[in-house]
Amino acid sequence: MEFLVASAIGLMTAAGIYLVLRLRTFPVILGISLLTYAVNVFLFTSGRLVIGAPPVLRDDVSNYADPLPQALVLTAIVISFGMTAVAVMIGLGAFLGSDDDHIDDQAEASSSAGQP
Amino acid sequence: MNHWIIAPVILPALLAPFIVLAARYHLGIQRVFSIAGIVALIAIAGGLAWQVSDGSVISYRLGDWAGPFGIVIVGDRLSTLMVLLTSVLALFVLLYAIGSGWDDRGRHFHALFQFQLMGILGAFLTGDLFNLFVFFEVLLIASYGLMIHAGGNARLRAGVQYVLFNLIGSTLFLFALGAIYAETGTLNMADLSERVALIDPSETVGIRLAAVLLLLVFAIKAALVPLHFWLPSSYAEAPAPVAALFAIMTKVGAYSIIRVYTMVFPPEVDVTSGLHDTWLLPFALVSVVVGMVGVLAARKLDRLVAFSVVGSMGMVVTAIALFSPIGIAAALYYIVHSTLAAAVLFMVSDLVRTGRGNVDLTPQPPMAGTHLTAGMFFVGAIAMTGLPPLSGFLGKLLVLDAAYDNTLMTWVWAVVLISSLISIVGFARAGSVVFWISHSIEPSEPRSAEVRQPSALAYSAVGGLFALLVAHTVFAGSVHAYTTKMAAQLFAPQAYISAVLDSPGKLSEPKEEN
Repeated sequence: MEFLVASAIGLMTAAGIYLVLRLRTFPVILGISLLTYAVNVFLFTSGRLVIGAPPVLRDDVSNYADPLPQALVLTAIVISFGMTAVAVMIGLGAFLGSDDDHIDDQAEASSSAGQP
Repeated sequence: MNHWIIAPVILPALLAPFIVLAARYHLGIQRVFSIAGIVALIAIAGGLAWQVSDGSVISYRLGDWAGPFGIVIVGDRLSTLMVLLTSVLALFVLLYAIGSGWDDRGRHFHALFQFQLMGILGAFLTGDLFNLFVFFEVLLIASYGLMIHAGGNARLRAGVQYVLFNLIGSTLFLFALGAIYAETGTLNMADLSERVALIDPSETVGIRLAAVLLLLVFAIKAALVPLHFWLPSSYAEAPAPVAALFAIMTKVGAYSIIRVYTMVFPPEVDVTSGLHDTWLLPFALVSVVVGMVGVLAARKLDRLVAFSVVGSMGMVVTAIALFSPIGIAAALYYIVHSTLAAAVLFMVSDLVRTGRGNVDLTPQPPMAGTHLTAGMFFVGAIAMTGLPPLSGFLGKLLVLDAAYDNTLMTWVWAVVLISSLISIVGFARAGSVVFWISHSIEPSEPRSAEVRQPSALAYSAVGGLFALLVAHTVFAGSVHAYTTKMAAQLFAPQAYISAVLDSPGKLSEPKEEN
């Protein structure tokens, strides 16, 4: 199980990094989404993988699941969801405004004639 | 328990929704509440700074849960000074935004401004790494809104770069947090500093990885080369008051480096030796060079100022990277100075834009209000390049003095002194092209309607920041004595740790079976 989870995180991270390096809005946003999925699973596993164990300490239980990473993941999911929405809106605005979805700086014309 | 320490987070958090919900269509009311809120913040921050100036540490437990299990807000000398600096800067930035009419060019400026303050102040006060992440996100999401305030294609494009770069930074932050939690089982900074020291020296791979990932995240925030690419275009395209407020945002990265790498991963801990204590200094020196060469190469005034911010952040991190009490003390003195100087220069660059319609470094006929603006640029440039008599000179002197015992001393001295000369040339050239040559050019056509004299309030906001810079110079002795005490407190974190961990808050005890 550890191997499966670890390779899933690795695969998603690799694909995410590849897409992030594409320098166009849509692939980059997809790449960031993949990276956030990867990091959510990574955070989840930072409390170790345990199956079928209760997250709450009780007297008769010796093996339990760490509840804190689950709370951290919830926060991370909410934040990354909101951030992706903001990124999509700003990216859309930039695309509609300049009819171009490149992220890198283009050669820009000065606002006045006569460059030095 | 002293409840005032949470007020710098609560006050903007309550004020912002109030401004959106109740005063949505009344700019006058928004302005009044925004200013009143920040004046109250300054009073609270001053009180807190006075309270901890004797070396005590305020620890506030949310919900009264005992540390390290509950969430803690911690105020010591360093965090209260940063809170005070942020609120004072915010007051003048807000006055400038009102005086120049920037807050009227789009909607919700004041609400976003308050949310931005909430995030920055929370990041300075939190005692928990995960909450540091949360407050980073709060300040970032507000800054996305402020960055594209008033719209425009160039600004939106720069905004996309800024947002995407910071999203990747946030993801990296989460990876670092996951790695730290997996290795230590806690994210409370005081608890971490005890547990990292207990890690077995033979199994350090995970914690070293986590330390480097976390440093990368803070280096992105502090715009350290080679992670600075987001800064020049986003700061140059952001509205001027927003860019002036962003001057404190790079300092959040510097603050986090100071906090985490003196307390959690101090240089004397073996498990992370040979990482940040070796590699941070060369990158900081490269940042100084890149920033100052950028000053010389810039073709617009706002980009020139943005590159000078990269250079001054390099200077701050150079002083931090010495990881000695004297280095941290110099860094803290320079942080206050460079925040004020960068804010002044962003505002002056906007005064130029108001007075002549653009900020290109080309000879053009005299702008509206040229004398006062030129004088302000002159003083701001002196402060930023580190010429006497202003505090930039004293700050650089302190950094050089702190580097005196370091093995890389020749490199630090050479880079700082030569890059200062380059930046003086850059600023002098920009000043003479924009302000002096213009007097030999006859205006060929009547001024367009967009060009006007900047308002008196805008000038007085810049003047207020100048007064602070002068005070920072005149009282340099007492300020430096205080930052020295601050650095001593950072290198002896027992008081901080015991304030957080030995708190008598409630624990959930298992109930007795009856």
